[in-house]
Amino acid sequence: MKQGAIIEKTCCYHCGDECTTTDYVIDDKQFCCHGCKSVYQVLSANQLCSYYKYNDHPGATRNRTDKRFDYLSEPGIISELLDYSDDHVSIVTFYIPHIHCSSCLWLLEQLNKINPAVHYCRVDFLKKQLSIRFDHRKLSLQQLVELLFDIGYEPLISLHDIIKDQNNANKDNLVQKIAVAGFCFGNVMLLSFPEYFGLSVYEQNFKHFFGWLNVLFSLPVVFYSGRGYFQSAWQNLRNKVLNIDFPLALGIAVLFLRTLFEVASHTGAGFADTLCGLVFFLLVGKFVQKKTYHHLSFERDYRSFFPVAVSTITPNGEKPVKLSELSVGHRIIIRNNEIVPADAILLKGNALVDFSFVTGETLPVGKVLGEIIYAGGRQTGEALEMEVVKPVSQSYLTQLWNNEAFSRQQDDRMRTFNQKVSKYFTIVLLIIAFGSLSYWLPSDIRRGFAAFTAVLIVACPCALALSTPFTMSAALSIFDKNLFYLKNTAVVEQMAGINTLVFDKTGTITASDDTEIKQELALTDRQRQLVYSACINSAHPLSMMVCRELKGTKRLETSTYLEIPGKGILATIDGDELRIGNSKLVFGQPGEAGDVTKVHLMINERYLGYFALEHRYRPGLDVLPGLGKDYDTYLLSGDKDYERNRLKSFFSVEDKMLFNSSPQDKLDFIDKLQTGGGCVMMFGDGLNDSGALKQSNLGVAVTDNVNNFTPGSDAILDGRSFDKLPSFLRFSKDTVNIIHISFLISLTYNLIGLSYAVTGNLSPLIAAILMPLSTATIISFTSIATHFMAKKRRLI
Amino acid sequence: MSIIYFLIGCSVLLALVFLAAFFWAQRSGQNDDLYTPSVRILLEEDDNELQK
Repeated sequence: MKQGAIIEKTCCYHCGDECTTTDYVIDDKQFCCHGCKSVYQVLSANQLCSYYKYNDHPGATRNRTDKRFDYLSEPGIISELLDYSDDHVSIVTFYIPHIHCSSCLWLLEQLNKINPAVHYCRVDFLKKQLSIRFDHRKLSLQQLVELLFDIGYEPLISLHDIIKDQNNANKDNLVQKIAVAGFCFGNVMLLSFPEYFGLSVYEQNFKHFFGWLNVLFSLPVVFYSGRGYFQSAWQNLRNKVLNIDFPLALGIAVLFLRTLFEVASHTGAGFADTLCGLVFFLLVGKFVQKKTYHHLSFERDYRSFFPVAVSTITPNGEKPVKLSELSVGHRIIIRNNEIVPADAILLKGNALVDFSFVTGETLPVGKVLGEIIYAGGRQTGEALEMEVVKPVSQSYLTQLWNNEAFSRQQDDRMRTFNQKVSKYFTIVLLIIAFGSLSYWLPSDIRRGFAAFTAVLIVACPCALALSTPFTMSAALSIFDKNLFYLKNTAVVEQMAGINTLVFDKTGTITASDDTEIKQELALTDRQRQLVYSACINSAHPLSMMVCRELKGTKRLETSTYLEIPGKGILATIDGDELRIGNSKLVFGQPGEAGDVTKVHLMINERYLGYFALEHRYRPGLDVLPGLGKDYDTYLLSGDKDYERNRLKSFFSVEDKMLFNSSPQDKLDFIDKLQTGGGCVMMFGDGLNDSGALKQSNLGVAVTDNVNNFTPGSDAILDGRSFDKLPSFLRFSKDTVNIIHISFLISLTYNLIGLSYAVTGNLSPLIAAILMPLSTATIISFTSIATHFMAKKRRLI
Repeated sequence: MSIIYFLIGCSVLLALVFLAAFFWAQRSGQNDDLYTPSVRILLEEDDNELQK
């Protein structure tokens, strides 16, 4: 170790983090840690240093250097991960969260330069996926993953692969259906023009020819592209629900039958162009509504957070066991940074467990032998030996998922405007249709049926069906621009109906990694060096925070060093004796529960003061009192009430802040609010909020990095946009108003059409003009109005 | 004017060919990833000159 070297501010060549030591230098390049250096060495050995040419510091920081992929040698796990495998090749797709720039793309597609057993690799940039075809006789899956790990791209391996499921579910041929409908629409329009411009007597043969061609083109539109509407309408009828698909399906069917009848009986040209246009526009609306975020998952539960397998101790040595096969009595080994997968008793080792996902507490908790450690905790420090006392699914945290909130059908939480309206719309439509039929029937049977079908054609709620998707998708992309990602378009409407806001504390209204160190002590330069030199040896989060606070200080030689887990550090440096730690270590007695966590400092038996650790609140938090006027706001924290006084100013009334809530308490609290008439929007960040997020009417996961783990939710909010929350809520109300207005517009068009239709004199030309005209009006109105409102709310 | 029958037949046939081509592209996954190729094309194929 270089002694006394003054450290300049340099960035790690690999990851761009600030280098705090000069220990890792190679080829004149500075690295922040051994991990980053080793990645560079692998790449330079394989002449892949162009990686650093395309972008500055493309890598991810690599504090962890130990590989733990033994479980990938289990045949059961391998077969679940591989997409395809035969005698000599296997294909596997990995989700690699770190893929973010062209360097990543370049390097990952050069894998076969490092190992020729890799035949082919392709990156899907937006999905952050890497698909690899490799020879599994020369390179095992475990070696492949280790190779990826070595070059700094550790895949996120989970048997419960949501992203893969999501991508598979998307294949419903919607694009093909649109292509067919568009193709037919274009041709039918072309063939209908002669009829509209009028054909002379000797051209009557063409009329029949065009008519039959139109019928022919309508066939795929009705039976291929439009099939979904018939299926959906039929399904809803059987469940005794009248949704918008029923009048749509009725309209399509009537259009087709009347066209067929008119062409066959030579009585008219039919409505083939209206029919094809209708189906085409409807499908486009459906397509627009289906916005997918490839890199985000809204469905994650504890299974994607927990490891795939865990090492167990058997008489024949260590053996990886799949999590689902882990049972009571198994002895497991949990190493540094691994997650305890099931409630277990500690048998061996110094446990210092980070429960931030379960309780929201940011600081690791020490545990003694024989104590039960709850699932979801992350060990920091040495390896532990434990005995499982509860199966994975029955553990303290995971039993939350057995609650009925998780099995309930998602969609019926709140009915959208469209669903509410379409029921009445359908009834009125049928009354008018049958009314006009019975009015004309006694005098003129032909006219009666003409009027009946015309009403169904004209009133077909095409514009109504399009207003919601187009408004919502425009709104969605505006939220998207502001780093607020909604699961689907229905969420916007749900947001507009919210009257209660509930916030989690840690990670939600405090920034998760961003803690502030307050120095309640005056140190000389010499003392700063002493503290820094002592703390740099420790991996405890508090020591690391103190080091970060004192960074740039000279490092001195340590002569003795002792770290007492759960207490602090004893060290002798340059003849000075240091005690750094909690009050038990420094004063010999436990301190009173203060409102902050303190690290006390004593040098040569003289008490100098303490470093106080404070959570930093998100910058946008001052919007909360404003929101409190229009909404009921609550704080729901799993943490202890250290910060009650600081938070008082944000949540007006004392009893609106709840501390010490378990994950189940949180769920129950939301339930209680809902029974009291609350429409609850819950903001949370960890697994401990999962129950509350699910139970609430709208669950929002707040995160600082959208690629990180987020619990299952309806929306993901990037922490940087937290201050825009009031605008988001107001904007969601605006979009619902826009939908209401566009509904009125489409009703006006329907009324105009109906005034022709009830007389039985609807000409195909009027239908052909009215339908696209109303559609165009709705689409342009909704996009312009949404854009305008977004501007007004300062979202664009 | 009987030529119309032939012309329409031709145009429909041609359009069908394009529709079939689109179906083929869609089925064979050419539209699955529309972003990555735009990045990939900017990367050097042969990187010897880029070496430090």
